[in-house]
Amino acid sequence: MALEPTITDIEQLKDRPELARLLAWNAGAITGAKFDRNELTIWVDRTGLREACLTLKNDPQLQYNALSDITCVDWYPKAPRFEVVYQLFSIPNKNYLRLKVKISGEDASLDSLVPIWSGADFFEREVFDLFGVRFDEHPNLKRIMMPEDWEGHPLRKDYPVEGYR
Amino acid sequence: MAHMTPTPVLDPSDDKTMVLNMGPQHPSTHGVLRLLLEIDGETIVRMMPDIGYLHTGIEKTCEAKFYQQVVPMTDRIDYLCPMTNNLAYCLAVEKLLGLEIPPKAQWIRVMLNELTRINSHLVWLGTHAMDIGAMTVFLYCFREREDVLRLFEAVSGQRMMTSYFRIGGLALEPPLGFFDRVKSFNDRFPANIDEYESLLTSNPIWTGRTKGIALLSAEDAIALCATGPTLRASGVDVDLRRDKPYSGYEKFQFNVPVSNDGDVFARYVVRVQELRESQKIVKQALEGIPEGPVKADAPHVVLPDREKMKTQMEALIYHFKIVTEGFTVPEGEVYMPIESPRGEMGYYVVSDGTAKPYRVHMRSPSFANLQTLRKMCEGRLIADVVAAIGSIDIVLGDCDR
Repeated sequence: MALEPTITDIEQLKDRPELARLLAWNAGAITGAKFDRNELTIWVDRTGLREACLTLKNDPQLQYNALSDITCVDWYPKAPRFEVVYQLFSIPNKNYLRLKVKISGEDASLDSLVPIWSGADFFEREVFDLFGVRFDEHPNLKRIMMPEDWEGHPLRKDYPVEGYR
Repeated sequence: MAHMTPTPVLDPSDDKTMVLNMGPQHPSTHGVLRLLLEIDGETIVRMMPDIGYLHTGIEKTCEAKFYQQVVPMTDRIDYLCPMTNNLAYCLAVEKLLGLEIPPKAQWIRVMLNELTRINSHLVWLGTHAMDIGAMTVFLYCFREREDVLRLFEAVSGQRMMTSYFRIGGLALEPPLGFFDRVKSFNDRFPANIDEYESLLTSNPIWTGRTKGIALLSAEDAIALCATGPTLRASGVDVDLRRDKPYSGYEKFQFNVPVSNDGDVFARYVVRVQELRESQKIVKQALEGIPEGPVKADAPHVVLPDREKMKTQMEALIYHFKIVTEGFTVPEGEVYMPIESPRGEMGYYVVSDGTAKPYRVHMRSPSFANLQTLRKMCEGRLIADVVAAIGSIDIVLGDCDR
């Protein structure tokens, strides 16, 4: 089972129904795509995230009706610093899809998905707590893992493993 | 996590209600879960779970370890299903490496995963029944759980923190006579399940405390990101073992129990059925164990056998290199979801091409499933909170990581 080469060209991937649907919705909001190790990743512009999720959820063929996971990767010191990662799951089709949004370290905020999936609540609070990424319109954006008076965001790469001394 | 501040997070919205603090040291919260309940008499108006008491920063710690050193960390996330966590992590890294696992190792992994499911469900059933007042079931369940733990001890040397799976296969061949011991347990286990069921399923006190309690509709369950038995008891037929087969699950025949009732009793029925299905999978696994090695043929990743290490120069060099500098993993990212006893256990691993993972994220089923508690309890009686917590089967170590 040798690794297949990664495909990162949108042109080559546009036959994939998920990408085709998103390109038909708003090609300007799709900033990249990748097919690697049998997993499809699509980069979405941060302003278009919520609508992209709704498009995928409401499409009668694709039916990405469940949110599996939200997390974040800190690429410090590279820019843009954060990549928020969404795993969507289609219960009828049993397919996974990964959406990613790149955001800068200075203005780390994007739309909350709580209006679409109320279960995004805890996941977004966790990302806020551990990375310091803000989710606009989240009903209760408070720390969830760390104590309320904690300083800093532990999963950031500039936060030492042993904590600040 | 608001436990550092003494003021309650929830303020009573009018004079009729009061705020009651439940936990974090409450016997029915299965760990350290704190619930803030705003109550009007006996009815819950609002509920707010407060978690994070067991947060140990495992995801951060993983970033400072070699890939193979992460395996023991994964045991400690969900201490009731160590093998499931080991498997999810190993599968994720194996997918990153593009590594093929020998059939015998896959087979044993499936068998041990189903034993883990039995172990986890037995703890759930025992404690859940005890929370509601059925003390006897707990003793029976822990009797069988002890047998499963002895099997784990035989195979890995540890009862709970097994760390038996390795990237590329298994740590060791199972000891002589191990499969006979599994068979002897597995053959008598169906009678044990009948025993639990005879104590509960048609017991009027049990049904009175569980039927129609803590209802959750399929729409709400999906919206709240519930997975596993919690979701299947609400009538959504998803099981990653069947729908997204991993580690050779496609070769096994089993049913996925689903119920449409969405109450505590439905979750009980689904999990008890799963015990029976797991027993069947273990039986199939025992009947057809393939011959061959239990480690992949990848000397740069898999530690050599002790014998080879002491007699062959090449093996000694590989051993030294893996132990001292780890092995590098090609750049990339994978999300590896598997069906743990609690639901979708997903490992998101990002590699930057070095010997340490750039990011390891665990999508833990308890964390997501806990969100359903509010929906189950609000507008309901305070006495049913305990039944509701038990029915979603949370493990707070899994929840807080």
